[in-house]
Amino acid sequence: MAAGVATWLPFARAAAVGWLPLAQQPLPPAPGVKATRGDEVLVVNVSGRRFETWKNTLDRYPDTLLGSSEKEFFYDADSGEYFFDRDPDMFRHVLNFYRTGRLHCPRQECIQAFDEELAFYGLVPELVGDCCLEEYRDRKKENAERLAEDEEAEQAGDGPALPAGSSLRQRLWRAFENPHTSTAALVFYYVTGFFIAVSVVANVVETIPCRGSARRPPREQPCGERFPMAFFCMDTACVLIFTGEYLLRLFAAPSRCRFLRSVMSLIDVVAILPYYIGLFVPKNEDVSGAFVTLRVFRVFRIFKFSRHSQGLRILGYTLKSCASELGFLLFSLTMAIIIFATVMFYAEKGTNKTNFTSIPAAFWYTIVTMTTLGYGDMVPSTIAGKIFGSICSLSGVLVIALPVPVIVSNFSRIYHQNQRADKRRAQQKVRLARIRLAKSGTTNAFLQYKQNGGLEDSGSGEEQALCVRNRSAFEHQHHHLLHCLEKTTCHEFTDELTFSEALGAVSLGGHTSRSTSMSSQPVGPSSLLSSCCPRRAKRRAIRLANSTASVSRGSMQELDTLAGLRRSPAPQSRSSLNAKPHDSLDLNCDSRDFVAAIISIPTPPANTPDESQPSSPGGGGRTSSTLRNSSLGTPCLLPETVKISSL
Amino acid sequence: VGDRRKARLSPSPLPADSVEDEFELSTVCHRPEGLEQLQEQTKFTRKELQVLYRGFKNECPSGIVSEENFKQIYSQFFPQGDSSTYAAFLFNAFDTNHDGSVSFEDFVAGLSVILRGTVDDRLNWAFNLYDLNKDGCITKEEMLDIMKSIYDMMGKYTYPALREEAPREHVENFFQKMDRNKDGVVTIEEFIESCQKDENIMRSMQLFDNVI
Repeated sequence: MAAGVATWLPFARAAAVGWLPLAQQPLPPAPGVKATRGDEVLVVNVSGRRFETWKNTLDRYPDTLLGSSEKEFFYDADSGEYFFDRDPDMFRHVLNFYRTGRLHCPRQECIQAFDEELAFYGLVPELVGDCCLEEYRDRKKENAERLAEDEEAEQAGDGPALPAGSSLRQRLWRAFENPHTSTAALVFYYVTGFFIAVSVVANVVETIPCRGSARRPPREQPCGERFPMAFFCMDTACVLIFTGEYLLRLFAAPSRCRFLRSVMSLIDVVAILPYYIGLFVPKNEDVSGAFVTLRVFRVFRIFKFSRHSQGLRILGYTLKSCASELGFLLFSLTMAIIIFATVMFYAEKGTNKTNFTSIPAAFWYTIVTMTTLGYGDMVPSTIAGKIFGSICSLSGVLVIALPVPVIVSNFSRIYHQNQRADKRRAQQKVRLARIRLAKSGTTNAFLQYKQNGGLEDSGSGEEQALCVRNRSAFEHQHHHLLHCLEKTTCHEFTDELTFSEALGAVSLGGHTSRSTSMSSQPVGPSSLLSSCCPRRAKRRAIRLANSTASVSRGSMQELDTLAGLRRSPAPQSRSSLNAKPHDSLDLNCDSRDFVAAIISIPTPPANTPDESQPSSPGGGGRTSSTLRNSSLGTPCLLPETVKISSL
Repeated sequence: VGDRRKARLSPSPLPADSVEDEFELSTVCHRPEGLEQLQEQTKFTRKELQVLYRGFKNECPSGIVSEENFKQIYSQFFPQGDSSTYAAFLFNAFDTNHDGSVSFEDFVAGLSVILRGTVDDRLNWAFNLYDLNKDGCITKEEMLDIMKSIYDMMGKYTYPALREEAPREHVENFFQKMDRNKDGVVTIEEFIESCQKDENIMRSMQLFDNVI
């Protein structure tokens, strides 16, 4: 359901008649309605193509260009239509958004152009409906990546500039992580790569039999034993380089614990440890077996290449993420192996001189047969054995072939899913944040409205109009509705800050007595306050007293929150409080704008007509623009503040 | 009265299930009676009815509003509190034929009473809203339910902080004012009489004259 909140507002207001008999206070009068000419058809001329729509439709989203008074800038009085010099094809989608509440993304248009149109018409890209959102984001990401690649290719040598005062450690770490940032790092990168290769090759060559030249008959000896010194020196050199690199990385790492636990550092350690262990192990026959085993671990040096190769890292990651599927494959294979090995063993049991000496011995046969290797070192001789052997090999093909496509497709699915899940999580967070913001925006807008003079209905004609001139009719009526609710229940809406402060409010003592004198100020409804809510006057006092306190603290922090804005004018106004009232009015206006400028920055225009979570579209976005434009409240407020300064 | 409902899958009242709702929505299309008839039945002008229907149809293409939709719509206006209970009561008040959904006729009929009716009509409507079981009198329990639902809409952050007894006290005040013969219930006559004597209420009744 498209969220046309504005459509339902009249209904909500009408339903407020249910509160009337219950209200213990008189309800505020309704906002003045301008001459309603009824709904009319607007003509929007976009580069010659005329679109016609009801004014109500456009008014649904008051935060956008077409929904706000901004469109008046484009009004052509001669032709009586709104003229936009933009792409008419794109405009179709924009207009449909107003009609249906969902923004669709055109498939055949360039995403960049679409984005520009959205920005022009004041629509946030998050409004793109779910049906088109994924594709929109994908295309946008593609574009962004392509642009990023181009940029990277352009500035080949320049990496991100480090802050000037970065320590040696930070520079070292950066050199390690991004080798292409400086020539030294690049040299180091290639040198280590070279030594890894040398080490691996040495390990391999060491075992090749070299022809012993000096002996007759030529005795085959592995090169490692022929030239032990040479290989030892090469090994030492490599290990020294690796150790040095490891220690340097350890020194440069921003978080040493994390570095120690990372996979790459573990690989490094495993690569160099055998050498050191070998150094300290005495060369006697008993331990040499273990020593030889240690040498096997030297082959792990090849994994050090994964620092140099992106592909290896990706492979490692995907294997890790496919672990469950691989486990399943392994499990099903194991099951089949055990079954067939048992069968083959018992089938071949009777034969003389059979290879199938035990079930575990039969495992080897089963594996070799099932994977269709067929070495032939173990073959069944009985007929039953041969039959079962053939069944084994046939089923082997099936058992292995079946999980593999599953694994492959799983792998690709998992890979894409991960990407999508991350995207969705981020989207969800953004959406929730936006909803929260809109809700608080609505509330804050209402609280702002109250402070601006919603309370003073009669006395302050033009000033009030001045304050609230940019408030839309929708907001007027919505705020009036909330105000009626307040009056009915004799409680007021506040925000979290004030609520918690009020809970811990200290007794006011002297302030209260002065404030009661203030409550007799010529403020319309306040005279009626005493009947129902005697605490209202005190609340005002608390608020204003708090404002003194906060102003005297003089912290900018107060200004940065809307609560602060509600409670106190800017610190400049404190000095102005000693000035004459009408002067302070002007000064206060400026300060309010100043403050508003601060406030308007963190509040993004929240266009929130989501299908799932409809919330007042007027609230969020309007807050910022209202704050931007509103001048200070009523003069009635000022005499009170002046009085406080005299305390 | 012509056949108002088109192609329904089942003659039973519309199920509240969301799954079935999806399915039903595509086949059930409720069309209201003609414009002239509505003009006769309500006090709206032709243009006003047109504007109302356009908005209504846009939001609810199927032509009816279910209770869930209703609650959702209403909650948009009260982001701080929980308006679902009050919205449920409102829904019952609008749904005059108690078929579980509010059609355009119900909607417009209700609005017509509130916005264009006489003060007595409006008071009657309010009474009907409070009288949850529609037995002609408001008991303290009914009033307490209504009051709690209204206070729920205020939410947590209010000044002064909402106490548990606030609705009850309010109900006591209400009964003190309205219940003439102190028999523990408020009948329609007592209600209208007491409201007519209260200036504030009379004045506020004019508040919503120009909502549409």
